[in-house]
Amino acid sequence: MSPSSLGATPRRRHLTDIAWRAIAGLSAVAVAGTLLLILGYIVREGIGALSLSFITNTPRPIGIPDGGVGNGIIGTIIIIGIAALMAFPVGALVGIYLGVYGHGRTAASMRFLSDVLASVPSIAIGLFAYTLLVQPFHHFSAFSASFAFAVLMMPLVIRTTEGALRLLPAALRESAVALGASDYQVTARCLLVAARPGIITGLILALARVTGETAPLLFTAFGSQFWEFNPSNPMAELSLQIFTYAISPYREWHQQAWAGALLLILAVCALGILARVAFRQRATVET
Amino acid sequence: MSGAAAGGLEDRFGHTRVRPRGRLAAWLFSVALYGSCFLFFAVIVGLFLELLWGSRLSLGKFGLRFLWSTQWNPVTQQFGALPFLYGTVVSSGIALLLAVWVGVLAGVYLAEFAPRQLSFMLSLLIELLAAVPSVVYGLWGLFVLAPIVSSWIGPALQAAFGFLPIFQGTIYGVNMLTASLILALMIVPTITAITRDLVAAIPPRVREASLALGASRWETTYKVVLPLVRSGIFGACMLALGRALGETIATTMVIGNRPAISASLFAPGYTVASVIANEFTEATTNLYLSALIELGLILFVVSILVNGAGRLLLQLLVRPQ
Repeated sequence: MSPSSLGATPRRRHLTDIAWRAIAGLSAVAVAGTLLLILGYIVREGIGALSLSFITNTPRPIGIPDGGVGNGIIGTIIIIGIAALMAFPVGALVGIYLGVYGHGRTAASMRFLSDVLASVPSIAIGLFAYTLLVQPFHHFSAFSASFAFAVLMMPLVIRTTEGALRLLPAALRESAVALGASDYQVTARCLLVAARPGIITGLILALARVTGETAPLLFTAFGSQFWEFNPSNPMAELSLQIFTYAISPYREWHQQAWAGALLLILAVCALGILARVAFRQRATVET
Repeated sequence: MSGAAAGGLEDRFGHTRVRPRGRLAAWLFSVALYGSCFLFFAVIVGLFLELLWGSRLSLGKFGLRFLWSTQWNPVTQQFGALPFLYGTVVSSGIALLLAVWVGVLAGVYLAEFAPRQLSFMLSLLIELLAAVPSVVYGLWGLFVLAPIVSSWIGPALQAAFGFLPIFQGTIYGVNMLTASLILALMIVPTITAITRDLVAAIPPRVREASLALGASRWETTYKVVLPLVRSGIFGACMLALGRALGETIATTMVIGNRPAISASLFAPGYTVASVIANEFTEATTNLYLSALIELGLILFVVSILVNGAGRLLLQLLVRPQ
């Protein structure tokens, strides 16, 4: 401790103590409060424009009522679904490699690369998807968006799978080996089963991570005014629609942007709750 | 990886077991395992090479001049990234300056002072803040924060510190300051969560020793606990900075998108990520496209450097314990 504070009077030190603790508390409350402020605003502005037709219709031109984001919702589900189909097997397998067999320099460098990939801005990954899957085919496609999302999801899936496997007690593995299980059996029949809730949590968190991700979509999925189910065509996506509506000059569209944001927030919250529920399951498995 | 060639996988304890022969499932499993690892490497290497290859025209034509030229003119095909680099660095830098105080104090409060229940609840809210999609931040920033900045925060700052060049000139709603505020909001949860975990990991006996010497709770936190986690907090700041540098949609919506360098924070700016977002689908020539991809390459390299530094700092802290 520095001499200066020892020289201060006890009363002054006491006040300083209280003041700083109050400031720290205020900071925490302010940060959490901002979230409530944002959520409150979205609910207030969005709930008015939210209706059944908003969820089931396609966008309509300004002045024609009952426009919706139905095609965007379907597009979001298709794009993220395909992304999950690509990212999950690869990510989980890499995670298994790191969690079960991962040691030495190769594994360490893969962990580092996975962290690096997690930190690459999504727009740069969008450019990658563009040069790889849009440019050669000369048209935008939902599939290229899925690819970009898959790259975004992969590091998350890898690290959560690895984490879930590493959390398992060593005794579990040892007893399987002692029973004469082969290497493959130990991993697939024993460790993976025990770690399943954790792995599923990771997948859900990865889904939440890309729900609402907009930047890579600008030049991959591109957006569409119509129902579109073919992944090789340009496709509408909810967060892209929110972006387009928000920067438009029309009040009507602004309202739709708020309603879309409300949907997006609800989806992210639902995924978050789902992840927590899945995570809870692990505790019951372990006991 | 050489263990596989010899016929078995090495586990993390270094034991090698022979793979049962003729077991198709086991064979397929290890093929899938290594195939996935290879694919993962391929994606990362491919990402870098694609960006490099995509920016070859621009790299060849402008070279290093790209970094400090202020010309961004699609008509004359002159491309320089300085206004965007300036906007990115300034908006992220201010965001970090604003976020670090609040974030660290909030994290310290959650780990040191808050009652358990309250800490849990606040942590949950702050984690949720991190999960809000950036387009939602942008929407809120555009319609709620921007008007507040142009009619309240801006004039107040101008009245108090108007003698500084950064607070002079016309106050726009969408400007560098609004972008910085939104970015600060987006990176605060990162700093708070990491600080909370770092502080909570310091063993109680450290605090007890300090308290036993007569230090108050805050003195203990400020002079004993925080110095122990200093490099970790620095690492957290790096991670937060990395996120702010690459943030696209929210900044694009509130920064004003004008490719000019202005001393005033009340003037519109532009960032590297936003110019890619705005102009990519409108890029008409190959050189234009290439220049935009080079911006992506810059973003990629910078974010790796910043994040790598942050993770290194966090790891250095974790190791001795």
